Formats: sequence, C-alpha cells, structure tokens
Amino acid sequence: MESVTTPPITELRKTALNAVHRRLGAKMVNFGGWDMPVEYPASGGLVAEHRAVRSSVGVFDVSHMGDIRIRSGPTHGGALAAVQHVSMNDASKLAIGQAHYSAMLYPEGTFVDDVIVHRLGEDDYLLVINAGTREKDVNWVRENTKGFDCVVQDLSDAYTQLAIQGPCAQELLQKLTDANLAVIKNYWFTHGAVCGLKNTLIARTGYTGEDGFEIYVPSDAATSEMVWNKVMEAGAEFGIIPCGLGARNTLRLESKMALYGHEISDKINVWEAGLDRYCKMEKGDFIGHAALERAKVAGVTRALVGLEMVDRGIARDEYCCCNESGEVIGVVTSGSPSPTLCKNIALAYVPPTMTALGTPIYVQIRTQKCKAQVVATPFYKRPKKTVAPQAAANV
Amino acid sequence: MAYPANYRYTKEHEWVEVKGDVAAIGITDYAQHELGDVVFVELPKVGAKIEAGKTFGTVESVKAVSDIYAPASGEVVEANDVLHNTPEKINTDPHGAGWLIKVRLANPAEISGLMDAAAYEAYIASQSKEASA
Repeated sequence: MESVTTPPITELRKTALNAVHRRLGAKMVNFGGWDMPVEYPASGGLVAEHRAVRSSVGVFDVSHMGDIRIRSGPTHGGALAAVQHVSMNDASKLAIGQAHYSAMLYPEGTFVDDVIVHRLGEDDYLLVINAGTREKDVNWVRENTKGFDCVVQDLSDAYTQLAIQGPCAQELLQKLTDANLAVIKNYWFTHGAVCGLKNTLIARTGYTGEDGFEIYVPSDAATSEMVWNKVMEAGAEFGIIPCGLGARNTLRLESKMALYGHEISDKINVWEAGLDRYCKMEKGDFIGHAALERAKVAGVTRALVGLEMVDRGIARDEYCCCNESGEVIGVVTSGSPSPTLCKNIALAYVPPTMTALGTPIYVQIRTQKCKAQVVATPFYKRPKKTVAPQAAANV
Repeated sequence: MAYPANYRYTKEHEWVEVKGDVAAIGITDYAQHELGDVVFVELPKVGAKIEAGKTFGTVESVKAVSDIYAPASGEVVEANDVLHNTPEKINTDPHGAGWLIKVRLANPAEISGLMDAAAYEAYIASQSKEASA
C-alpha cells in the first residue's frame, strides 16, 4: 500500500502556565495549535467550573490570546486613524482607560476576527485578539495600516493573561492590588500594582457574561506562576477553582458571545451575526464598509438565533437545522447543555423568516429530527448588582 | 477504580459481563473519566438488534459526544432507562449501576475475542502514555 504523505507535526504552543495546568491534572486539548486545559477534573470538572464563575469566582489562563499594540508615529492621530480603518466600532469614542468590543473585517464585510480595543493613551491602542487567528490578525493589521503613520507591535508573547471571573472577582483581586477596583466600570481598565508587579493592566472585561477582570502580567514562567498562585490563595476563601476552555465555552454561549469560527467567520457578515450595535457605519470609511452598505440594502438571507431543545437531545456545533417539512434551512454554530439553565441550548443560523420567538426548528441529531424552538437571547443575563454604598461614594 | 476480573473489554472502552447467554454492556471507568460529567444517554429499545463493532447508542458529556460500539451481536432484552434521568450514574458507578443495556448474545464466541481486565489495563496504560507524549 502506498503511504500517504503525513502533514508535518507541528509542536503545540504552550502558555507559561502549562506546567501548572499539568500539575493540577487538567485535561489538555489542542485549541488552535495551543496545548490548553479544557477542564480540571480534580477540582470538579467543567460543570463545577461553570458554576463557580456564576456563583463565586474562577480563574482562566487565557494567555493564548494575542495582543497587538498600535501607536502613532510622529504625527498625532495616526494610531486612531489606523484603528478606525481596520475595525468596525468607533474608536474615536474611546476615552483613555476605556475598551470596547469590535471586529476586523474583510472587504466583503465578513470577519477577520473579533477584538477588544483598549485605548491605552492619547495615541496608543491595544487590540486583544483570538489565539487561533493570531498570525493572520497581526499580518492583516500590518498589511492594512501601511498607509498610516503608526507603529504596529505584536505583544502576544509578552503577556500572561489571566481572567478572574465571577461575582467575587473584585473582592478577590482587590486583595492583590493597590488600584481601586470599585471605580472601574465594565469595559474600562486601569494600571496598578498586582502582586507587587507595577503598572499591570487590569481590565474589567471577560468572556463569561459575569463580572470579572482580565490582568496582563509578564509572561515568564516564574512571574506567571507567582501570580497564579497568589490568585488561587486570595480566592481560597471564595472557593475559587481553576477553569478551562470547556467552561469558558459554556459560559460565553449562555451569554451569547460570539466565537470565531462558529458564530462569526470569513463567510459570515456583520448583519447576519447580529453585531450591528458594534458596527458604526456613520464613523466614516473602514475595511468592509462598502460591502456592508450593499449588504444592508440587499438584506440578510440568514440570522443568528438562540434555540432551546424541546425534545430530548443536545444540539451540537454544525448539526443541521430543518423546518417542519424536513428541509434543511440552517445550521447550529454552537450547541451545548447549559449548566446554569439545565436546558440544552444552541445558537444557529436560520432564515430571517424563522426568527420569531417560539418558532419551531428541528435539529438533525444523528438519525433523528429533534424539536427545538427559538428563544430570547442572551440565554443568561447576570443579575443587576446593587452598588454598595462604599463603592458608590468612591465614584 | 478496579476493572472487574470477570468482565471483558473492548478497545473502544466498553465492558461486557456475561451471565449465561445474556451480556450486560457499559462503558469503562477510563471512558467515563475521559468524557467528563455525563449529561445525556441515548440507548436502543428492547427488541433492537445490535451488531458487533457497530454503534448502538451515544453517551454525551457537556463537551463531547461519544458513540458506543457493540462488543458483541445480539438482541436488546433490557435498557437501563433510569439513566435518562440520572446519567451521572455512569460517572459514579460505571461498572455497576451505570450499565447501559443487556443483550441476548447471538454468537457468544465473539466474547472470547475481547480483552480481559489485565490486558485492558495494559491497553489503557499505553493509551495514556501516548496521550501525554
């Protein structure tokens, strides 16, 4: 028998905390070329991790995420112009210390990646990007900002990024920092000493639908492990547990946050993904603008909806969706049991005529067509926090 | 968790306990551990025919779907339907209360082709080594 050419075995990339995850007995998976923890069975596994974040606090190693810094050259404003050109939200609205959700688009109005844009300084922006699209994103930004007076720096390997998420995240992190966390609003950030590390970026951001922070510390193993251990110690009183990509996925799904390669991709445009409110057409030209204008006039042929299974069965990524007569009308982009709601939920693209709440959709699960229905999203919304008098006084 | 010496095992991590011409089938402790918290099972109905090497059901965790392969051919005489409401029994007692189906064997000789407990333990030890390499 002729031997097939085997693709070259590429070494999986590791974060600075890889040894920590392995010591904790984490189940590791290849995630976009990274050797990452999917869950930590020894401390309860995925469902326990998910619940810890919803009820108390959990910590995630998200150092596989990439970071691109864009600073102005000698001309003031070059960085802003570059960011405006490559992303769809209006970065001119950002104050220093503020961040927002945005996306980089292809000229077709489809997604290169979604990003969190942070405005670090007057002419200084940090784009936090996905792990699996790091190289593509960095190249894309470099290629498309050539005409602007700005300096693009790939800082992806410089940071260990920890996400401390859950209602107790602030109380935990406050024990480790001199920055006053109570005054940081959602999607704002500050710099402060964390575990003795001066000038650490502390952002009130996350991918769980819960309150929480993401901190960026130097990526050497010793510093990273020191911070990880201090977070675990400080979190012990809240019952903190390490959380893997499995819980990260179920948490973001309940909150209807998009995942690249699933709800958004180079085949899906902004209107279809329903991310209109992060796309500021009136801000002026940007890559993808013209195509989106045309697409708006043409109208969408599919829309993203939330589904809840009515029949017994779990809808999974890429399962087909059918109408009552059995014709394939769409596809599931993400599907899973929801640990918070104890229901089987999914996000799916269906025709715009089938997006009304309560519309029956049939998901092809192996040999059966299982009934689901369109439900309101997000599936889960965190309870509104009543501002503590002390915190309110500090604002 | 110990692997009962009187059971036989497959490379796909199912176990079989034969009593007369009826075999109980389940998934091994190794399999439930790999899968994580089981939240859903799909089993064949009583009277259904299953065929050695072919899938007869599914066990799902939050994260993953796992097909269950028939270790031997036969007709389903009982399905452990309580698992529909308590799938976690597969995690807590995979070799006991977490059994999936009982089958009247069509060809009991098929069982002799399966691994015994010692061979299965050696097999999963080699699997874990491969995974961590």
